[in-house]
Amino acid sequence: MKKERLIPVLLLRNGFLVQSKGFKKWQNLGNPTSSVARLSEWASDELIYLDISRDGAHDLRRDDLGHPNRGTFLEIIQDVARVTFMPITVGGRIRTLEHIEQRLRCGADKVALNTQPLRDPSFLDLAAREFGAQCLVASMDVKLIDGQYEVMADGGTERTGLSPVEWARTVEGRGAGEILLNSIDRDGMRTGYDIPLLQQVSDAVRIPVIACGGVGEWNHLTEALDQTQVDAVAVANLLHFVDQSVYLAKKYLFEHGCNVRPPDLLGAVQP
Amino acid sequence: MARTAESASVCILDYGSGNVQSVFNLVSTITPSAQVSNDPEAIRAASHLILPGVGAFGASMAKIRARIPLDVVEDVALKQGRPLLGICVGFQVMASVGFEFGEHQGLGWLGGSVRRLEAGTLPLPHVGWNDIRVERDSPLLTGIRPAEDFYFVHSFVVTPADPSDVVATTEYGESFVAMASRGNLHGVQFHPEKSQRAGRRLFENFLALA
Repeated sequence: MKKERLIPVLLLRNGFLVQSKGFKKWQNLGNPTSSVARLSEWASDELIYLDISRDGAHDLRRDDLGHPNRGTFLEIIQDVARVTFMPITVGGRIRTLEHIEQRLRCGADKVALNTQPLRDPSFLDLAAREFGAQCLVASMDVKLIDGQYEVMADGGTERTGLSPVEWARTVEGRGAGEILLNSIDRDGMRTGYDIPLLQQVSDAVRIPVIACGGVGEWNHLTEALDQTQVDAVAVANLLHFVDQSVYLAKKYLFEHGCNVRPPDLLGAVQP
Repeated sequence: MARTAESASVCILDYGSGNVQSVFNLVSTITPSAQVSNDPEAIRAASHLILPGVGAFGASMAKIRARIPLDVVEDVALKQGRPLLGICVGFQVMASVGFEFGEHQGLGWLGGSVRRLEAGTLPLPHVGWNDIRVERDSPLLTGIRPAEDFYFVHSFVVTPADPSDVVATTEYGESFVAMASRGNLHGVQFHPEKSQRAGRRLFENFLALA
């Protein structure tokens, strides 16, 4: 039987690995590649690597450094693909088919698309035709506004007027293979996933939904797998400061009867 | 003479499939002499050949015919009997015929055909970790747990002409062939290069074949 997955999410901001809170505050964690090797040893099922570097106020200065900066992210993907032998999803500022192709060529297996499909939904159709649904993850950041869930664009800064259920059905219809569903309100709060949000979206589509945002304890993972139709649970902040974190999370899920791969401390594969 | 995986010289055939680099990355951790090449000399000099794959059957066959010197590969693999491993679409094209986007002729090394996975209400493509069921012994599975999980990404499946070629099956809506072997020719529907320790062990076992 196909397994449910535990997926670490790594956030990269201007060259550094960071922890995020509410999409507004970031704490620097350091080297982007060494963490990946550690997480791989601890038996993650997959890895999601998001570049959340911002355009904006520093744009001009960044334009001068534009190529090295972007090159850095592609180089990081290459480094990651050399030290880890599991599926890698890469996201952040993907605007063109060429951006997708570059990331796949560097060793990514899938790409996460967030803002570009919101601006131009047909981008998903094009990308699906070119690369296949299996490599397209529609990433969706959701915020509760006046008691209604709303999909936000551009790193959570821009309202779209779309409900998550509506948008989930759209991306499924246009060829996304999975949905990464992130709650902005729960980001970094450690109070657990937004279960009603996960329920709504995972009931609305057939493609796998990955839960993201808010994990503070391992039982938050089982809550999502038990109470909703999500296919995978993603964890970001909590994984960083606990030794053997993925192994412990996996062990918790396995011992609670979840349909996951058995926990295993993998020996390091030396490049 | 017994061979060790570390002494294998591997030629990974390249027809522009996306996962060549991933296969190379993993194989390079096992043996220092791995290369990605379609050069006839490199193919003849290799002790082991790997045919990777991601994508559609017809498109892959067209690229294989255009870019890979098949006469040399068939001489080395079919006549001289050197071990060859096909991965995902690289496994599928070893069948005689494929039915993805029309009917396409395959390499025919394993006979049989490639058709859409009957997944019932489950979504396609079949993407994710799934366990295998071992149907018969194979040196490729030495040291691998009987119900080990491997990583799959595919919508189509192989039915070899000879059922006794089936080494392992997997369940996803229906039972399909996860792994098949016919003499020195081996194929896996999953992606060992993305399957962490079990995948590495499978490559080690393959590269240890004499």
